[in-house]
Amino acid sequence: MKQLIQNLTETFSPSGYEDAIRDLILAEIKPLADETRVDTLGNIIARKGEKTSNGQRVMVAAHMDEIGLIATHIDEAGFVRFTTIGIPFPRYLLGGRVRFASGVQGVIGSEKPDKKNEIPPVDGLFIDVGALNKKDCPVNVGDVAAFDRPFVEMGTRLVAKSLDNRAGVAVAIETMRRLGGGPNEVYFVFTVQEEVGVRGATVSAYGLDPQVGLAIDVTPAGDTPNSIRRDIALGKGPAIKIKDSQMLADPKVVAWMERAAEKAQISIQREVLTSGSTDARAIQLTRSGVPTGGLVLPCRYVHSPSEMMDYGDVENAVELLTAMLNGPIDLG
Amino acid sequence: MPGTLPTIGNTQFKLLEKLCNACAVSGDEGEVRKMVLEEVKPYADEVKVDALGNVLVTKLGSGKNRPRVMLDAHMDEVGFILVSDDGDGLYGFQTVGGIDPRHLPGKPVLVGKEHLPGVIGMKPIHLANEDELKRKPSIDSLRIDLGPKGKAKPGDWASFATKFKHVGPSIMAKAIDDRIGVATLIELVKNAPANIDLLAAFTVQEEIGLRGAKVAAYAFEPDIAIAIDSTPAHDMPSHDGSESPFYNTKLGLGPAIYVYNFATIDDPRLVRFLKETAEAENIPYQIRQPGGGGTDAGAIQRTRAGVPVVSVSVPHRYTHSPISISRVDDWKNTLKLLHLALERITPNLFTGN
Repeated sequence: MKQLIQNLTETFSPSGYEDAIRDLILAEIKPLADETRVDTLGNIIARKGEKTSNGQRVMVAAHMDEIGLIATHIDEAGFVRFTTIGIPFPRYLLGGRVRFASGVQGVIGSEKPDKKNEIPPVDGLFIDVGALNKKDCPVNVGDVAAFDRPFVEMGTRLVAKSLDNRAGVAVAIETMRRLGGGPNEVYFVFTVQEEVGVRGATVSAYGLDPQVGLAIDVTPAGDTPNSIRRDIALGKGPAIKIKDSQMLADPKVVAWMERAAEKAQISIQREVLTSGSTDARAIQLTRSGVPTGGLVLPCRYVHSPSEMMDYGDVENAVELLTAMLNGPIDLG
Repeated sequence: MPGTLPTIGNTQFKLLEKLCNACAVSGDEGEVRKMVLEEVKPYADEVKVDALGNVLVTKLGSGKNRPRVMLDAHMDEVGFILVSDDGDGLYGFQTVGGIDPRHLPGKPVLVGKEHLPGVIGMKPIHLANEDELKRKPSIDSLRIDLGPKGKAKPGDWASFATKFKHVGPSIMAKAIDDRIGVATLIELVKNAPANIDLLAAFTVQEEIGLRGAKVAAYAFEPDIAIAIDSTPAHDMPSHDGSESPFYNTKLGLGPAIYVYNFATIDDPRLVRFLKETAEAENIPYQIRQPGGGGTDAGAIQRTRAGVPVVSVSVPHRYTHSPISISRVDDWKNTLKLLHLALERITPNLFTGN
């Protein structure tokens, strides 16, 4: 799965421009799925299994887009002004390297700050692609860019850009590989445009009308020096969403997840997140409502070019998701 | 079977004048709705006014496999609603839609169905203290003054009172956002090509959160959609001659095609399709700078199981103020681009076959 995560994280696909990651995922899952299609907004919908009398129609969403930048202006000197797609923080952008869909690379510089040591806001930053002037600049207004960093392993930890949410995508794919013969009809949906407001999940959930919903995503860890207080650490297992800033996970779904973890003897953490949300929010509010939860992977430095996870957490997430989906789902 | 290429002449200017001078603040779109209905009825296969007040027009094409193409233009404009009767013809009010209070003092307005003339006044310079001169006025401190004989009620709407002018290459009017889109959409309906089913939504309540478009798109269930709007141009030279990186659009450079704003990532396939159409037909166009703002496309895109969308706008200066300025050529080129794009739509638009 490490190789898969490397391939996924090193692929360029900011929100709205998911072509490359979609092709990669489709190639990977075609042999695993019973049926695969791409919907009108570009979500991949892959079915695994058929519903039997004690089964359910389940939607498992993992977003495949990543945060990025989009060019707003090329100035006379050839510098590229930009705005953000999703929420990359200026402190993580400065000095970073980015790559455009065309392959053009750039570094991010800034105007002089108003105050010493202050990081300018996004409109005080620019991308330098090495152009000599406007005419020489290969970037056009509207071109999109994403972080450009290779995947590396550091002991048991994985470091890469876009582990949010390519690690979640890998968990979904590996679970597809292992699932078989259960009573459920599981729709693995690799969604678009999560980072700009869970848009892909909104429309795909409407189309599927599921009986149970799950999102696989990341959760910020609170185990680094003087970090925000948050009871999530790398290496202590995947986390079960209890709440985030825009949803309360369905308690029946939480109980189902906890029972499955206990039975499979997988250690888990409980996520109570005060900022941010996931595709689960969109699924929960679809049509007349869907019991929905989230399986989230602890992650340090979320939305930076060097997000970090523990590989054991990722493997255990696959174990847990497989255990949850292989048998009848009791939401009693 | 192409429709006739619509042009902009006297008739179209007269119609735009009527539309811009009408008062139709979000929630009170009746005046514009009536004009739209009159214009489109003779040309449509079906015309409906839905529960929220959107005008939904269906113009069927002929032949097989016609894509259902939704075109959207919002009828409403930003304005005011009276909230208190303070006596002596003075009324407290709130803004409807995004209005900067710095635009308000000293402006004439029209109140209610009868278009009662009023003014928004402010303390004169003679009496204002230093602090007041520095601060921007709060809405709560302003009143609409109808004079003691002006009888209005809390809940009445009010709009800016500026009259439309066609001055050489320019149009100067209130509510260009989005009556220029409404006028454009009316021409597209009248000259609809036969290769598509044209579903025209003249929507309500865009300025307060894309509300009309949300239900219109649910009803139409289109295959693709294009929002026709009007967008700010902040293209004046800077005071020190330095290059400004933030202008949104520029007057005179043609229709503004959207790629990204906070409400929508426009479908890259539709963006490419519009650019290719413009290039093939020698129509000037510009890319609206990615950034804030939003159009009805945002609501349409997330309807039901999803709709590929793109927005196109006629640029104008001084958005959401008592008077905006657009260029006639930008309007003409927007109409031309959209009409020719509709003609080029095939059932296999996205597969390229």
